[in-house]
Amino acid sequence: MLAFILRRLFQSIIVLLIVGFVAFSMFTFVGDPIDNMLGQERTQADIARLREQLGLDQPFFVQYWNFLGNAIQGNFGISYRQGRPVSEILLERAPATLELAAVSAFFAMLLGISLGVFTAIRRNGMASNVIMTLSLIGVSLPTFLIGILLIYVFSVELNWLPSFGRGAVVDLGWWTTGFLTTSGLQALILPAITLGLYQMTLIMRLVRSEMLEVLRQEYIRFARARGLRERAVNFRHALKNTLVPVITVTGLQLGAIIAFAIITETVFQWPGVGLLFINAIQFVDIPVMAAYLMLISVMFVSINLIVDLLYFAIDPRLRVGKGRGH
Amino acid sequence: MSDTPVLSVRDLTVEIPTRGAVLRPVDAMSYDIAAGEILGVVGESGAGKSMTGNAVIGLLDPPAHIAGGEVLLNGRRIDDLSLRQIRRVRGAEIGMVFQDPLTSLNPLIPIGEQLVETMITHLDISQAEARKRAVAALDEVGIPGASERIDSYPHEFSGGMRQRVVIALALCAEPSLVIADEPTTALDVSVQAQIIALLRRLCRERGTAVMLITHDMGVIAETADRVAVMYAGRLAELGPVREVLSRPRHPYTEGLMGSTPAASAGRPRLHQIPGAMPRLGHLPPGCPFHPRCPRAQADCTRDPGPTLAACDGRAACWHPVNVTDAEVSR
Repeated sequence: MLAFILRRLFQSIIVLLIVGFVAFSMFTFVGDPIDNMLGQERTQADIARLREQLGLDQPFFVQYWNFLGNAIQGNFGISYRQGRPVSEILLERAPATLELAAVSAFFAMLLGISLGVFTAIRRNGMASNVIMTLSLIGVSLPTFLIGILLIYVFSVELNWLPSFGRGAVVDLGWWTTGFLTTSGLQALILPAITLGLYQMTLIMRLVRSEMLEVLRQEYIRFARARGLRERAVNFRHALKNTLVPVITVTGLQLGAIIAFAIITETVFQWPGVGLLFINAIQFVDIPVMAAYLMLISVMFVSINLIVDLLYFAIDPRLRVGKGRGH
Repeated sequence: MSDTPVLSVRDLTVEIPTRGAVLRPVDAMSYDIAAGEILGVVGESGAGKSMTGNAVIGLLDPPAHIAGGEVLLNGRRIDDLSLRQIRRVRGAEIGMVFQDPLTSLNPLIPIGEQLVETMITHLDISQAEARKRAVAALDEVGIPGASERIDSYPHEFSGGMRQRVVIALALCAEPSLVIADEPTTALDVSVQAQIIALLRRLCRERGTAVMLITHDMGVIAETADRVAVMYAGRLAELGPVREVLSRPRHPYTEGLMGSTPAASAGRPRLHQIPGAMPRLGHLPPGCPFHPRCPRAQADCTRDPGPTLAACDGRAACWHPVNVTDAEVSR
C-alpha cells in the first residue's frame, strides 16, 4: 500500500514536470509581456532593461529551470500586471473558486447519482423518460449558454438572484467565505448550477447505464431469490457495484469542474482563479498563468490519487497481498 | 409431516408473448415434491427446466409470465401473490441455488454479511445471533475455519467453496423447498460429487424438499428419488428414479439414456436421437417428439397430444416402450 502511494507520488511529479514544460513552452507564443508593461513612449533601452530584469532574455530552458527552482520553494514570482507575489494573489482568489467548485460538485453528485438510480430502477416510467430527455439538453448545451440563459431568466426577468459577483463575503483571515451571508449564498446558486449541470447529467447517465448493467447480474437475481427487500437489492447490492466505475469518472469530473470554472467565472464575473487566469492571458502575465496551470495540474493529480485510494476502499478484489485475485 | 406435498404444481403453463406467436416454454406441467424428497428435473437445453424453477419462485423475466395452472407450497397458493408477499416466500420458504457460484455472490460484500442480511430479513433474530448462525452455517457446508473466513469476500474462495457458500445462503433461513438450478454444471468434475453429496445430506437432515434441475443423468441417478423428464416444455415422463432409469417408458427417455455414457455401459456406441428439439415457435401437432420418434404412428401427430393423465400416468406417450403384458391388458 505504501509502495503504491510512493509510486503514484513519483508518477505525479513527472506529470507535473511535463505539464509545467508544455505550459511554459506555450507562453513563448502568447505574446510579449513587455508590450503591455511599458507605455507607448518606451525606448529600446527600457525594453532591454526590463527584459533583463524579468529574466526574459535568458534561454527557454534556463527560464524553465529557474521557474521550477522557485516554485518548489513556493515562490511563483511577481505578477507583471499587479506587481504583487503570485502566490498571494492565488491564495486570495482560491477560496472563491473552491467554494464554487465544491457546491457544484456536491450538486452534481447528489442529483446525478440519485436521478441515475431513479431512472435505472423505474426504467420504463414516464418520469424517467422525461428526465432522460431533459438530460440531453444538459449534455448538449454549452456552459456559457446555460449561464446566460439562467441570468436572463432568474436575474433579468424574475429578478430573484444576482447576475454577477460573489455577494458579501466574510473574511476568516486565511479564507474568505460566501457561505455565511445571504447574499453570498444567493450569488452561489446560478454559477453553481451552470458549472455543475453538465457534470450532473453526465454522472446521471453514467450511473443509470452502470446500474442497468449491474441489475442484470446474476448476484442481483440471487439477492432477489433470497427474498431481500427491494431497497436492499437496489441500494446495497446494486448501487455499491455501480459506484466502482462511477467514482473514476466523477473524480475526473471534479478536476474538470475546477478547470471549467474559467468559463462560468467569466460569465458571472466570479472573482476566482479562473477569471484571474483569463485576465492574465490578456495581459500576458506569465507568472500568473504558469502558477495557475501548475495549481490545476496539482489538483488533477491529487484527485486521481484519491480516486485510486477510494477504489481500494470500495473494491476488496484490488487489495493487494490478500486472496486469490480475480 | 402431513401428507400434503411441500410443492404441488398443477397444470403450470408459462407463456412468452412475441410478435408472431405466444411461446409456451412450460406447458401444463404437473408434479409434486414431498418433504425430504429430491425430484430431479432433466431435459435438453431449452426444454423448460429452468423456466419451471423460476416460475415456482416467481422470478420469471418479463415478458415471460405464468399463464395458467397453480403452484401450491405446503398447501398454500403462491403463484398469484403480490411482489411483496412472494418476497417473503423467497429465501424463507423456498431457497434457490444457481448454476454459477462465481457470479451469484455479490463481489463487494463479505460472505458473512450476505448470510446475516438474508437471515435478518426472514428470521426474527438479532445481528449477533445471525452472525453466530452464519458461522455455524458455513461450518455445516464444510468451509474450513468458518469463524475466521466469515468476513472474507467471495473472490477469496474457489468455485467449489463458493458454491458451498451459495448452498449455505439458500438454506440459512430454513426453507422447506430448495430449487437447485444446475448446481454443479459450472464446477470442476472433481468437485461436483462433493457438492451434490452436501446438498443431499443437508436436505435429508432437515427434511427439505429439493427440486434438482440438471441435464446430467448421472447426477439424477445418484441423487434423486423421482425424476421428471421434460421435452419441449412438456412433461414426457415422471416416476421413481430406479424405474425410469432402468425401464424408461417414453421413447425420448430411452433415447436420452442411450446417449449418456454411464447408463449405456456395455453398448458398442452411444446412441443418438436423430434431429433436434423443435423450437418453441415451431412445435409439431400432437406429441412434440413424434418427428424424432422411432415408434411414431399416425395417432401421434393428432392433437391433443399425449399427456401423463391421458396415458398411464407415467409417460406422456401413446405407444410406450418397456411395458409388461400385465400392464398392457390393464
